[in-house]
Amino acid sequence: MAGSYANPSEYIKHHLTNLTYGQKADGSWGIAHGADEIKEMGFWSINLDSMFFSIGLGLFFLWIFRKAAKRASTDAPTGLQNFIEMMIEFIDDSVRGSFSGKNPLIAPLALTIFVWVFLMNLMDLIPVDHIPWLASLMGVPYLKIVPSTDPNITFGMSLSVFALVLYYSVKMKGPGGFFAELAFHPFPKFMMPINLVLEGVTLIAKPVSLALRLFGNLYAGEMIFILIALMYSGGWVLGISGGFLQLGWAIFHILIITLQAFIFMTLTIVYLDMASQTDH
Amino acid sequence: MNFNATLIGQTITFAVFVWFCMKYIWPPLMAALDERNARISEGLAAAQRGQQDLEDAQAKVGESLGEAKQQAQEIINQAQKRANEIVDEAKDSARDEADKIKAAASADIAQQITAAREHLRKEVSAIALAGTQQILKREVDAKAHAAVLDELVAQI
Repeated sequence: MAGSYANPSEYIKHHLTNLTYGQKADGSWGIAHGADEIKEMGFWSINLDSMFFSIGLGLFFLWIFRKAAKRASTDAPTGLQNFIEMMIEFIDDSVRGSFSGKNPLIAPLALTIFVWVFLMNLMDLIPVDHIPWLASLMGVPYLKIVPSTDPNITFGMSLSVFALVLYYSVKMKGPGGFFAELAFHPFPKFMMPINLVLEGVTLIAKPVSLALRLFGNLYAGEMIFILIALMYSGGWVLGISGGFLQLGWAIFHILIITLQAFIFMTLTIVYLDMASQTDH
Repeated sequence: MNFNATLIGQTITFAVFVWFCMKYIWPPLMAALDERNARISEGLAAAQRGQQDLEDAQAKVGESLGEAKQQAQEIINQAQKRANEIVDEAKDSARDEADKIKAAASADIAQQITAAREHLRKEVSAIALAGTQQILKREVDAKAHAAVLDELVAQI
């Protein structure tokens, strides 16, 4: 596949470019070709590939779980039902373990994050060229099929979580209590400015680290898959060893994608638990 | 890292998905799981109760079996005692009856002996009278000699 590119660097660049729709420099609307055009489009453009796969996977998650929810009964579950209920119990246990209060939003939120992020990460295991090649046959010039390698996606989720953290902080502690937590801690009151800076950084670090951790892991994983894929154009020996490498990395990656989804979920629960705690 | 409107799109999508999950997925599944949990623990409790009941029943069965055995033994003992009593009674009454029959028989015999003696006596006196009449060949005044005859009769 890499043979149709001028050099490996172009191959890599192409695989890391989103299918972005927006207003071009000359004023017309359309799909950007290359990173420079994406930059020119500014904020008001949209990554069609990320949105497509993100929404598609999300709908898949909702569809499967909704099906299970409709069929849920007190009888002995079978097959898929069993798996879904296992997931539900797993999430419920995690929420009970980490979240001390009572909030009907937390568990569904955790379930959505875990399954959705996992599904988005799972796209990483599909060989990097397959779907983009199929898409290119249909005239789609760029395609990144792993939404979680797009910082827009990870930040979109982590900022939503951050908004919930702020909302529950203010709701549970009151604006004064929330401010006090930021200003009178860890040093005494007269050192308020320093406290504010320290706690402010801690607060901001939550969504940033949440998003960047997921993005970074998946981006790096994707990059390695792309590099391995490059080996296939390097002759028999490199190609075969690349096959083994890809298999090994994919198996290892199963662990990473599950772990990242779990970390994102757990940290969300923990952050919201901290935000909801009044006696601090 | 280029940030663009995908951020907003993803945020909205996220919110909608979480809302849907919170409304249509989590509650029914959780309710079903809770209900099943309740049903299972109920079933286990019922099983335990059944086990307990069975043990109780077995204990009761053993108890009443013992009681019944004891009662049966008592009944047998009583019956044996009663049988012995009946046999004794029967012996006693048989002996009494035999005594009675013996007494009656000897009384009868005594009476018949007396009657026979009386009869004999009368016949003898009649024979004696007739003999005397023939010997004397004359009329003896029965009235005049009644005292003598009676004396004779008494002597027989």
